[in-house]
Amino acid sequence: MDEVFKALADASRRSLLDRLHANNGQTLNELCDGLDMTRQAVTKHLGILEAANLVTTLRHGREKLHYINPVPIHQIGERWIKKFERGKLAALSELKRQLEKRDE
Amino acid sequence: MSKPEFVYVTYIETTPEKLWEALTSSEFSKSYWFGTEVRSDWKVGSPFALVTDGKTTDTGTILEVDRPRRLSYTFKHELYETMREPATKVAFTIEPYGNLVKLTVTHEGFVEGSKLIGAISTGWPAILSGLKSMLETGRPLAIPRAALGKEELTRS
Repeated sequence: MDEVFKALADASRRSLLDRLHANNGQTLNELCDGLDMTRQAVTKHLGILEAANLVTTLRHGREKLHYINPVPIHQIGERWIKKFERGKLAALSELKRQLEKRDE
Repeated sequence: MSKPEFVYVTYIETTPEKLWEALTSSEFSKSYWFGTEVRSDWKVGSPFALVTDGKTTDTGTILEVDRPRRLSYTFKHELYETMREPATKVAFTIEPYGNLVKLTVTHEGFVEGSKLIGAISTGWPAILSGLKSMLETGRPLAIPRAALGKEELTRS
């Protein structure tokens, strides 16, 4: 999970993920197109994203396509976000229970 | 040849055989697939179905069976009329890497402007992290269906 947080702790890498989210399955050329980053920088960032399993590649004919892989992000959501929401939900249902009890 | 719309990868601490079992056992699938049973006899050409609370939500036909390496089937949504679209294709590839197994899931062949694609893109990451958790810890993630924008089928 460390790799995932490290990979996400960079605006350029997050923007690459956003670009893949908007248009999944892109070649390196397509990803570089219109970006204010050198091809080498994009390649380096993609390597870090791949190592964190946030990006996965697929051979499609002669092309290598890059796909966003949201599974690790989902795992972070489960571990670090839902956990805290559960407390909030429990507090709300307790509040509901208490308020309804007064009406009885 | 169109490219797949989705490619999902997860690394799971398990064996290819256990992972195959998890993908093809209706008892096991209930634990990580929001209570959904996968139903088929897993032979090429046989029907495939996803059944939740007794209702068939999706159907298909088995395309490839190479236990425990590769499994694919066609996939067609049945329950909600707005998402009834031509059949798509789901493929699972299982590759061992030491004590880990790499699972790659591709889902492709959606129609232009597909309504189903949104539901599919929120579904797979949750299913796959639930599957990973179930195989590694024996416990599924307690994800309420509502959190994924899925309605409770029993009430609809």
